[in-house]
Amino acid sequence: MKRLAPLMALLVLVLSACGREDLSALNPQGPVAQEQLGLMKISILIMSIVVVVVFAISIYVLIKFRRRKGDEKIPKQVEGSHKLEVIWTVIPIILLVILAIPTLKTVFSLSKDYSEDPNALQVIVTAHQYWWEFEYPELGIKTAQELVIPTDRVISIEAKTADVLHSFWIPSLAGKIDTNPDGNVNRMYFEAPKAGVYQGKCAELCGPSHGLMDFKVKAVEPSSFDRWQVAMLDTVELPSDPELAQVFESQCLTCHAVGEYGGSTFPNLTGIASRESVAGILINVEEGEKEYKHEDTVYNNLYKWIKDPKAVKPGNHMTDQYTLTDEEVAGIAEYLSTLTLDYE
Amino acid sequence: MAHAHAHAVKRRTGIMDWLTTVDHKKIGIMYLLAGGFFFLIGGLEAILIRLQLMFPQSEVVSAQFYNELITMHGTTMIFLAAMPILFGFMNAIIPLQIGARDVAYPFVNALGFWTFFFGGVLLNISFIAGSVPDAGWTMYAPLSGTTYTEHFGTDYYVIGLQISGIGTLIGGINFLVTIINMRAPGMTFMRMPMFTWATFITSALILFAFPALTVGLAALMFDRLFSGNFFDPSAGGNVVLWEHIFWIFGHPEVYILILPAFGIISEVVSTFSRKRLFGYSSMVFATILIGFLGFMVWAHHMFTTGLGPIANALFSVATMLIAVPTGIKIFNWLFTMWGGSIKFTVANLFAVGFIPTFVMGGVTGVMLSVAPADYQYHDTYFVVAHFHYVIVGGLVLGIFAGLHYWWPKMFGRVLSEKLGYWTFWTFYIGFHLTFFVQHFLGLLGMPRRIWQYLDGMGFNTLNFISTIGALLMGVGTILFIINILITMRKPKTAENDPWKDGRTLEWTISSPAPEYNFAQTPLVRGYDAWWLEKMEGNSKMTPVEPIGPIHMPSPSILPFFMGLGLFIAGFGFMYAREFGVVSLVIGIAGLVITFGCMGLRSWIDDHGFHIEEEEILKDQGVKA
Repeated sequence: MKRLAPLMALLVLVLSACGREDLSALNPQGPVAQEQLGLMKISILIMSIVVVVVFAISIYVLIKFRRRKGDEKIPKQVEGSHKLEVIWTVIPIILLVILAIPTLKTVFSLSKDYSEDPNALQVIVTAHQYWWEFEYPELGIKTAQELVIPTDRVISIEAKTADVLHSFWIPSLAGKIDTNPDGNVNRMYFEAPKAGVYQGKCAELCGPSHGLMDFKVKAVEPSSFDRWQVAMLDTVELPSDPELAQVFESQCLTCHAVGEYGGSTFPNLTGIASRESVAGILINVEEGEKEYKHEDTVYNNLYKWIKDPKAVKPGNHMTDQYTLTDEEVAGIAEYLSTLTLDYE
Repeated sequence: MAHAHAHAVKRRTGIMDWLTTVDHKKIGIMYLLAGGFFFLIGGLEAILIRLQLMFPQSEVVSAQFYNELITMHGTTMIFLAAMPILFGFMNAIIPLQIGARDVAYPFVNALGFWTFFFGGVLLNISFIAGSVPDAGWTMYAPLSGTTYTEHFGTDYYVIGLQISGIGTLIGGINFLVTIINMRAPGMTFMRMPMFTWATFITSALILFAFPALTVGLAALMFDRLFSGNFFDPSAGGNVVLWEHIFWIFGHPEVYILILPAFGIISEVVSTFSRKRLFGYSSMVFATILIGFLGFMVWAHHMFTTGLGPIANALFSVATMLIAVPTGIKIFNWLFTMWGGSIKFTVANLFAVGFIPTFVMGGVTGVMLSVAPADYQYHDTYFVVAHFHYVIVGGLVLGIFAGLHYWWPKMFGRVLSEKLGYWTFWTFYIGFHLTFFVQHFLGLLGMPRRIWQYLDGMGFNTLNFISTIGALLMGVGTILFIINILITMRKPKTAENDPWKDGRTLEWTISSPAPEYNFAQTPLVRGYDAWWLEKMEGNSKMTPVEPIGPIHMPSPSILPFFMGLGLFIAGFGFMYAREFGVVSLVIGIAGLVITFGCMGLRSWIDDHGFHIEEEEILKDQGVKA
């Protein structure tokens, strides 16, 4: 059983680190994730008792009763023991009752419906292959890939899908809920009392780019959130170069929207340059701060994405939907990288 | 059966012997071979998955191929490797353990093997045909439907599994009937060896669980081939329905896999502790209870589907309950060893290694049953770690224990213990390296079934360790194959009871067993029948009949062709979408072969043959 020592050491190491603040379920940043971690701790504690008892008995038995060389004795053939059997039936039942009570309590508390609560912010989450649409029905705002929320309110989510099953997961703030087609629409809620950017993931296999279907949750101060709303509803200028504007309208706005222009079947691009990422996966950083392969400046990320979307997200629906020259790609990337929102 | 009715002795040799055999021992070996072959394919897929995940954002395989790999890895390992290998054990051992000369329906037994085999081959031909199932082994709709999977991948899955599922279902029925009807005189239910009990309960689970899969697959097939709309939401279908059907089958399936492993562990631990299984009757009761509860917990796979708090609460508690009978089994094993004389053969090392490993898989199972916590665990690497602890740390270790334990009985040769130790340690350490760290990957935010993970997320080191572990498991598997190859070159010298501590009836006959198993049906005087006789100083079982001619079933090529017919039919109907009438004709031709063979089976009267007294006496003279 020597193998246990390094494993335990690793356990301590990992638990002390607990992972990234914006990503780890072990490092909760909101009350829902906090409650879930509380349940995990109770269950880990109870289960550790079980593991320790079993391992201790195993080690003892294997050392004490190992057969020595030339040992031909026949051990006593024991049929069983009612006393012992009752013990290892009753004790687990007690342990499970201890675990079941908080479980049931939390199952019901986390299913609370905030859809009629005037203080909650209503958000309709619609999952698509491979992007996330966030609609704020009370505010008349639709955006994509980045869920901007205030820090002072409960966020009430209605989750559904436009195509296959996905699952909406924000590890550090809340658990996850599957996005089903209409007819099986789901609800969940969470809060993010600390301002910051949190990572969201798709947690149900949805096709080749399932693992790349990330989104961000950006929690901002209430005042910033108010300014964000205003900025989102503000008018947006089309490209100043009329030729580029024409290409942008005919090639991009058939599916995408900026401000009041364009269609709404694919991600809304309003304020795209202020988002943390392009396409949910290419992280925007300042010039010279690129550390990893998936990071770059907004312009470079936009260029990379528009130039060859399938190289970034295999199987996505933007591939081959338009024809643009390299210059036009550069022009559009340049234009989009100016679409910022000033709200923070 | 009147002697005069039977035909002369029919015996075939070479390849025809294997294609036509209805002997449970040979069918068992074929199950092990075919299951072992698919295990290697599934293992190779696993290695490729781990190589892709060894480093962040790597492109060892493409995103599409990655999804094909995870789908085929899961499907192959569950349906084409684990279950057939277990069926191999059941076939090779159960009739011997209960003192029978064969299973109840030898012909059906062969048919079960061939349908499994052809179904499995059909599924894997998808790699050659170039459209491979890619929607996960759970095949969730609507991703698996024609709208989102235009290629034939899902069709291969649906039809391949449907055909191999026939084999499993009739195999399960066969073992139910065999165990109920064919036990030797004196072997009451409560004197049956634990592996026989486990097989009995498993077969009952198969009987109730597989029809659900059959229905689900048929409905999905209708969706795909004839626009059936069962699971197409745009036409009024419901995708949650598929989840229910799949898991109503899928959860009992987990117990179909693990119960036989429990049986194997019970036999091995008891034998090599030289002690009677502690708490036998509570072991039997626990097995039945696990089987029963196994049907009550399917929705714990669907806590995030949105079934509502009442369903989630009920299924949480029901799931927790399974820990109780499972705990009973664990402690009974520990107390079987307590006070015993434990010999660390390779078989027993695997069994002893199984116990703490399975406990670790079990406790994460209880953790997963806590629904609100599962909102975090669900579909992450935590779940991947959990079910690999149960399936590899439980089932596969059990299989290795069983292989080393019963190898001499099946092949007449004892596997090399020295190589076996190496197999155990490489596989066991590799296993823990691979899967222990995955618990943390999940908790740190890594979803399962992802092709790439981003750099800088804190996943790099753990994934690297995991891949190294997987490679080590691969080394263990290769060592085992080398062990088999070396052992096969040695003469068949294994004794009847090569471990000296055998307790059950299979150790009373020669290794390997003669064609008719028992020259004289033995009288069973208690639990651990052979041990009982040994303790009373007897060197053999008391027979209940004089030596006489033994009636045997005739070999037949029909099961092979019935399987082949279904294989052709599956192919034909699947491609009708693309090739139209030609394809349909091929499909119908396949069905004609299958049903034609069924007709032949009914019309031709075959009373089998007899093995004469002289031959049996000669066998005994040689072996004694």
